[in-house]
Amino acid sequence: MNRMSFARVSFIHLFFGAFAIVSIFPFLLVFMVSITDESSIVQNGYSILPSKINFAAYSFLFNDFAQIARSYGVTIAVTLIGTAVSLLITSLFAYPLSRRGLPMRRTLSFILFFTMLFSGGMVPWYMTYVMMFGLKNTLLAMIIPGLMLSAFNVLLMRSFFANTIPESIIESGTIDGAGELTIFLKLVVPLSAPIIATIGLFNLLAYWNDWYNCMLFIDKPELMNIQYLMTKTLNNVQFLIMKADTSSQVGDLIAKMPTETVRMALAIIGVAPLLLAYPFFQRFYISGITSGAVKG
Amino acid sequence: MEALASASRTKPAATHATASRSRHFLRQIKKYKMLLLMTLPGLVYLFVNNYIPMYGVILAFKNLNYVQGIWGSPWVGTDNFKFLFNSPDAYLITRNTILYNVAFIIVNLVLALTVALLINEIKEKVVARFYQSTFLLPHIISMVVVAYLVYSFLNADNGLVNRQLSSLFGFDSISWYNEPQHWPYILVIVNAWKGVGFLAIIYFAAIIGIDKEYYEAAIIDGAGKWKQMTSITLPLIAPVIIVMTLLAISSIMRSDFGLFYQVTMNSGPLMPTTNTIDTFVYRAMVKLGDIGMSAAAGFYQSVVCFFLILGANFAVRRISKNDALF
Repeated sequence: MNRMSFARVSFIHLFFGAFAIVSIFPFLLVFMVSITDESSIVQNGYSILPSKINFAAYSFLFNDFAQIARSYGVTIAVTLIGTAVSLLITSLFAYPLSRRGLPMRRTLSFILFFTMLFSGGMVPWYMTYVMMFGLKNTLLAMIIPGLMLSAFNVLLMRSFFANTIPESIIESGTIDGAGELTIFLKLVVPLSAPIIATIGLFNLLAYWNDWYNCMLFIDKPELMNIQYLMTKTLNNVQFLIMKADTSSQVGDLIAKMPTETVRMALAIIGVAPLLLAYPFFQRFYISGITSGAVKG
Repeated sequence: MEALASASRTKPAATHATASRSRHFLRQIKKYKMLLLMTLPGLVYLFVNNYIPMYGVILAFKNLNYVQGIWGSPWVGTDNFKFLFNSPDAYLITRNTILYNVAFIIVNLVLALTVALLINEIKEKVVARFYQSTFLLPHIISMVVVAYLVYSFLNADNGLVNRQLSSLFGFDSISWYNEPQHWPYILVIVNAWKGVGFLAIIYFAAIIGIDKEYYEAAIIDGAGKWKQMTSITLPLIAPVIIVMTLLAISSIMRSDFGLFYQVTMNSGPLMPTTNTIDTFVYRAMVKLGDIGMSAAAGFYQSVVCFFLILGANFAVRRISKNDALF
């Protein structure tokens, strides 16, 4: 019996060890390629154990950092504004829906819920923003369309408010003569830190990772976020230089560029903040998913 | 006569009741004024982001020109749909979308269940948590980064597969981004790599929720680990499995645009096996500028999806009423 269980335990750990390697290996490969010497790539191709290490790709990128810095600026600005506004709208919408006495509660829920069942499709959605609201090539085009209010997040928040905020607290606020807005901000919000953190994290990741809106609505390089800059560079590594610099040095720069490694170095620069932050927020993220699965 | 008289006599009473009900309603509105106002930003957003585009499906029945705008452009009836369904693309993109989803649903379900069942066997909480965070990592990154990771494997000249694995296993270099026949396998693997961890954590949460007494009783009865899994764990998390799977089936006509557009690097030769409804709609709109047909394809997708969701919900209600969406 003991030997059986030992075999079982080692099998399980082997399984998850392999799974962990499969999950992490691709990141490691891209990182190792980014610090490989170009000549070593020509000789052996991409490898997890390069024969010669060289940081030329990074120094090349840091020499001409304007576009990357700008794209990061766009991503950070959009993520901060988007997450804050989206959290505000979501909680302001979810809280009233969690209150039993609210008139038209069923109608409001239906208006929200129906958006999960039917959509007009991408084309009318795109045309609405471009032709009616003129959002093409604006920062707002990366903040507003699609990302600001997810019906799923509203439902998650609503069930949190309904299940964990005791009605007696709201009643005590009413007796003290506080208005509904005061009750929400002073009594409900402080008790709802877990769900606010979870939804905030979901929003943050959605804005940080977004390239779709940028691809649809943005043509100007100065408004491109880091994700879309990465997309453009993957398909054509010279994009990085041609957009940043239109002077006569372009040909010279392209000739000097370590093309194979520069691409991967940009990928690392683009994904590094998320990977570095991941150990700190992963617990929150996992508990967010599980609370959604159990209560949602 | 008598009845008529009594009916006419009750009538004023009835209007009185409606009047007082509407007065009551108005009082309620006044009482909850602030709460209702709080929903206003969300409502405005839903109106702009969801309901105007729903009305915009009329684009599928129009020939849009930018001078006359959405409302002024001429109606063309069902011409856009005729054009779409007479082209070979309509069949191809529908087939691709559905077959990929079927493969994704089956592969991810089997892998995620295996992972969830196994991680439940790990007694040390810290170790289990470490494993969870490793296999959730692929889920948090964008498809752009995934495209880079795949490229580092499949790049024809220097990629890991062609340069290292081909000599190890003795096969010839393959021009991955030009040969469509490999991509059904590649995309199923990539999708599983990105999505299994997420699904596994949902199933694992359901398993944790199972009352420990069932297992204690089973152990007393002499049931082994395997028996416990098949007779307790799986039947008790079956509702979660059914709901998750039906949700996936109801969106069988939708595809992850990033997976099919970014990971394939938008490569033309791969289109026969990687073009789905969503990539088709995008290409028809942006590359061909055919607003009418792309709107028609999107409308076709939305309508089929709508009925699939209603059907899936009906099925969930029959299986377990509490898990139904509506």
